[in-house]
Amino acid sequence: MATKLTPSSEEMKIARRLSRRQGLFARDLLKSAFRRAFVMLRPDILWKNPVMFTVEVGTVLSIIYTVVKAIDPGSTLASLTYLIALDVCLVMTLLFANFAEALAEARGKAQTDALRKTRQETPAYRWRITENGSANEAGTDYSSALRLPISTFEVCVSTALQEGDLVVVEAGLFIPVDGEIVAGVASIDESAITGESAPVVREAGGDRSGVTGGTRVLSDRIVVKLTAVSGKSFLDRMIALVEGAARQRTPNEIALSLVLSTFTLIFLVVTATLWPMARYAELYMANYLGAAGLKSLGTDIPTLVALLVCLIPTTIGALLAAIGIAGMDRALRANLIAKSGKAVEVAGDIDTLLLDKTGTITLGNRKATEFRPVGCYAAAELGRLAALASAADETPEGKSIVDLYHRLHGSELNAVPPVGSRFITFTAQTRMSGVDLPDGRTIRKGAVDAVLKHLDKNGGEVRPFVQEQVNSVAEQGATPLLVCEGNQLAGIVVLEDILKPGIRERFERLRKMGIRTVMVTGDNPLTAKAIAEQAGVDDYIAEATPEAKLAYIRKEQYGGRLVAMMGDGTNDAPALAQADLGVAMNSGTQAAKEAGNMVDLDSDPTKLIECVEIGKQLLMTRGALTTFSIANDVAKYFAIVPALFAATLPWLKALDFMNLASPVSAIMSAVIFNALVIPLLIPVALKGVTYRPVGADSLLRRNLLIWGLGGVIAPFIGIKLIDMTLAALGFA
Amino acid sequence: MILLPIIIIGVSIALSIPLGRYMARVLDRESPNNAIERLIDTGQQPWKSYCYAMLLFNVVVFVFGFSVLATQEWHPAFLNPDNKGMLSPSTIFNTACSFLTNTNLQHYSGEVHLSYGSQLFAIMFKQFVTPAIGLAALLAVTRGLRGEQNLGNFYLDLWRGTIYIMLPLSVIVGVLLIAGDVPMTFQGNANATMLSGGEQSIARGPVAAVVAIKQLGTNGGGFFGPNSAHPFENPNAWTNVLECVCIILIPMSCLVMFGRMIRNMPHAAVIFGVSLAILTVLTVWGIYHDTVKPNMGLAVGPPIMGADGKPYQVTTLNADGQTEQMLLPEHATRERIGLPVTQDTGNLEGKELRFGPGAGPTWAAATTCTSNGSVNCMHDSLNPLAGLTPLGGMWLNCAFGGVGVGLINMLIYLIIAVFLSGLMVGRTPEYLGKKVEAKEMKLAALTLLVHPILILAPLGLFAAAGWLDASTNNPGAHGFSEGVYEFTSSSANNGSGFEGLGDTYGFHNKDKNPSPPAPFAPHWDIACGLVMILARFIPIIAPIALAASLAAKKPTPFNSGTLRTDTVTFGCVLLGTILLVGALMFLPVAALGPMAEHFGPLPFGR
Repeated sequence: MATKLTPSSEEMKIARRLSRRQGLFARDLLKSAFRRAFVMLRPDILWKNPVMFTVEVGTVLSIIYTVVKAIDPGSTLASLTYLIALDVCLVMTLLFANFAEALAEARGKAQTDALRKTRQETPAYRWRITENGSANEAGTDYSSALRLPISTFEVCVSTALQEGDLVVVEAGLFIPVDGEIVAGVASIDESAITGESAPVVREAGGDRSGVTGGTRVLSDRIVVKLTAVSGKSFLDRMIALVEGAARQRTPNEIALSLVLSTFTLIFLVVTATLWPMARYAELYMANYLGAAGLKSLGTDIPTLVALLVCLIPTTIGALLAAIGIAGMDRALRANLIAKSGKAVEVAGDIDTLLLDKTGTITLGNRKATEFRPVGCYAAAELGRLAALASAADETPEGKSIVDLYHRLHGSELNAVPPVGSRFITFTAQTRMSGVDLPDGRTIRKGAVDAVLKHLDKNGGEVRPFVQEQVNSVAEQGATPLLVCEGNQLAGIVVLEDILKPGIRERFERLRKMGIRTVMVTGDNPLTAKAIAEQAGVDDYIAEATPEAKLAYIRKEQYGGRLVAMMGDGTNDAPALAQADLGVAMNSGTQAAKEAGNMVDLDSDPTKLIECVEIGKQLLMTRGALTTFSIANDVAKYFAIVPALFAATLPWLKALDFMNLASPVSAIMSAVIFNALVIPLLIPVALKGVTYRPVGADSLLRRNLLIWGLGGVIAPFIGIKLIDMTLAALGFA
Repeated sequence: MILLPIIIIGVSIALSIPLGRYMARVLDRESPNNAIERLIDTGQQPWKSYCYAMLLFNVVVFVFGFSVLATQEWHPAFLNPDNKGMLSPSTIFNTACSFLTNTNLQHYSGEVHLSYGSQLFAIMFKQFVTPAIGLAALLAVTRGLRGEQNLGNFYLDLWRGTIYIMLPLSVIVGVLLIAGDVPMTFQGNANATMLSGGEQSIARGPVAAVVAIKQLGTNGGGFFGPNSAHPFENPNAWTNVLECVCIILIPMSCLVMFGRMIRNMPHAAVIFGVSLAILTVLTVWGIYHDTVKPNMGLAVGPPIMGADGKPYQVTTLNADGQTEQMLLPEHATRERIGLPVTQDTGNLEGKELRFGPGAGPTWAAATTCTSNGSVNCMHDSLNPLAGLTPLGGMWLNCAFGGVGVGLINMLIYLIIAVFLSGLMVGRTPEYLGKKVEAKEMKLAALTLLVHPILILAPLGLFAAAGWLDASTNNPGAHGFSEGVYEFTSSSANNGSGFEGLGDTYGFHNKDKNPSPPAPFAPHWDIACGLVMILARFIPIIAPIALAASLAAKKPTPFNSGTLRTDTVTFGCVLLGTILLVGALMFLPVAALGPMAEHFGPLPFGR
């Protein structure tokens, strides 16, 4: 059944997306992020991130004590060089964290800049119907504007346009602001937004009336009623969001920040109370050994700050914002514009996916797949009759009948109608098409009831089991067409919906993710059930109306499920609004776009699946890096704690499993590792942890091994390597 | 040695299953089912009313306990045959807090300082009701997790817990103890003439009754100062096994009850497994370091030397900022000559020989994992590393834990584990079908903060102020461990003592005290009292609020993308979370205390 697809829009889209993908560390991005990293050191910016703000306060404290050491060398055991090196490392930690966020923002910005290019001022022709400028009086015949010469309209710049204004756009002009076509049909180049080079057709009325500012009309003239003000259009709002200007923290991000703040607070208590405890150890050891002035690094404030910075979850603290921005950015790269970060997050939680049959599950058109003769007809003869009847039928279905005949029986008999044949074309009234051959034979094919009526009229007899055969075709999920010759019924042509190649596997994948798929179709329940089974969806809504969709969504939500759906029409708007994740197609109406919480610029119905994966990836990345960050503490403890007390309780060296060169290098190694791991993980934060649809359990096991166990082991290796390097360089 | 813990843990598990099912059946009935219960029942309570009722009751119990102790001097003669006077006010405060919070930290010595009236009404009464309060809290939390908006009726839960669980079990155990030769009498001290001719006054009393509930209700406050090391509290091997089983029985049963109540036994089994793993590791660690390893103070040992064979150096700093490496003086590095005693059975210091060497660490692990706090050996005398067993049990404080509250503590780790692992499977975290969001994390975070802050902050204060140093006879790492232990025990509502700390003031009338009051006893009294109160009520109320918040949410249906909480994988996550989040933060303290003592020279001393 799966036919080979030509390198279609699907593959081209992927290729385009790849080409748009910039290197993670493109030079201009790095430069701007680098600059911004310094700006973000400002406490009023940094205090929004409690973890990094703690680091900043600690760094300031450390620098103060470094100055104190420079003035009063007797203040601490630590050498001035060590203190300065420590301060540098702490500042680097801050800069790396800022850099991560700035880089994510810069990448988002680079994406949106491409979109923003469409936002330039363009001239527009405003149409004022009445003297007072009101253009939305009921009953106005907008189509009159299609015929007026263009010079009759007022020329103005796009920024001067108001919501509700009517503008006339001709071939070659840009559409100034988002709007809806109220009159005319036009082909429009939307490549500026979607990257898709093939023009799309947009027309007044119906569900394909939405046009986006910045796209170009290629042919014809349309009248557009503006639904936004320049600079406030849908895309403008989205751009601001992606760039982080209007970025709000999502619920999950808030919860995670809370956890991180708690850890920070706990470790603040741990390190703050360590000072008197270390002092206590100094005193009793001094007393015991008779060594006045016994000192350890445990009472050196900068060293305690270093311990604090190593223990608090700086890795995730530094990358949290970047992960969020990168999630939106990834959605944008998939040509999905999320109205909020929350929408991306919700996508990961989706339980039920409502998918339209046509275009998502099946290829758009039905194809003939079988000839079922009745009576004395042979399959080949039936095929020939059907092909003859379809010879002039230009619809994809008709073509597929001819194709099928040539494929099955092409060599046997010619199916080209002889000269002089008269073709009967399909009309909505007759619902039949066919041919009258020069030899007087009449061949008709068409919908079951139409052909039966035709036979009845011509006095043909119909065998009773035909209805059964017709039903059995419907039960397979196919549509039957009847073919007759004269008053003789020749047989049934089976038209089948062609499932998209690989769609079953995709649904299998979704099932493993824990997502129920529901097919929405206008077909009758019999056909719908059969296609649902073939495609492997979990449920279907047959003879679907917008109300039925809405009711289904409510029912699912009542059961606690989160529902995602995609829609384009105005009548989809209530369902889009009701769904937890409503993805509106960019080609759809403004109402649909306003109701949904994401817009798909490609208007590709399979995008929902990608959407879910992006959401899951976002959450997973957060979880993985948090786990990694916390797991890192084990090694850091074992590096720093023995070092803290090396000068008073030297036997605690037994806890130093890594056998680090010296206390100073142990602490420096831990701090350097802690700082370096941030830039090393920036790619992970920006690209996201790989999501595999393998079910929650194996996913957990996998991530636990990589990020949990890896998080315990990696710093042991990293700190030891840094320590060896420091020792080799003579800094130990 | 290994057989004893296997018997104890095995018997406890076997008994906990029927007991847990019984508890679920008896405690989880919605409506009152007899006249008394109808009288007590004030109707279903949402979480706030439940907490108010609980706090109100606790205030009443506190005032009552405080009054009984404060009026000890005037108790009628049959309740005060030995005419005990009033305790110091700070000790009364500490004791009232201690028994109110199911801690049973004792800054006094029962047989010396308390009348029978105080033992029965200020101690034993609270030993019955406080575990029932913990149980009630657990019932409330469980009902919330089950999705109920009303968490039950506190008074009814309290009554049922006391009457159907604590009381009958105590009677059974009390009878068994009496059968095992534990005294039960209201007569005053027995006077005996010793062979040498001297007179000896032997303390006795209603011991069996106190010991039964002390063990069952994760109380731990003994009738006598030496607790279950005293031959009247724990006369023989048989009572030792019985009492040890009683320590962990109800905490284990709570988990079974929890599983029954949420109708998710596999999830409860995972928690049970994790708890059991922690208990087992701590027991084995304790037994290994205390019975296989010798008492370092008595053993022959080489001079203290670094692993690289070089002598240790310490660093001094003078006013000019010049550091100087100083070799350890001879008295700190010399080899240990040892004593001519056999150490084949490990460290026998502080142990009761009638139980054998392994019984001490086994009990120590059980009593600290469950926040019981009774002891049958001197924890102060455990080898330094073996001392990590009771400390570790209390730092985690969730492996079975105290009656009711142990599982509530575990809930916090569960929430954190679910949060992290939920994210790692790419979904908003869910626990028992309810989404865990910012509000729940706020409450979990608050609870999580309590334990480390309440241990480390006062410890830092006492170390900085010099109170810790002045209170211990073992300055140095061991003295530090004693301080750590005291606050850990208070914050874990455990109540066992490392001992060795001067924290007893005694009678208010200084002249009546056999020994002069410890110099900083009031400081310890007040600090520990406050720690106990805060560490009891914040981690009860916040989780109840958390459960209520979850209860208000719509349940999410289970599917293959949902994180399962009933798998071995999740058990590993939970264990990892407990160790990383709960234990790791105490590593510096462990290093300064037990580890510094173990690796360093012996002994410190003045």
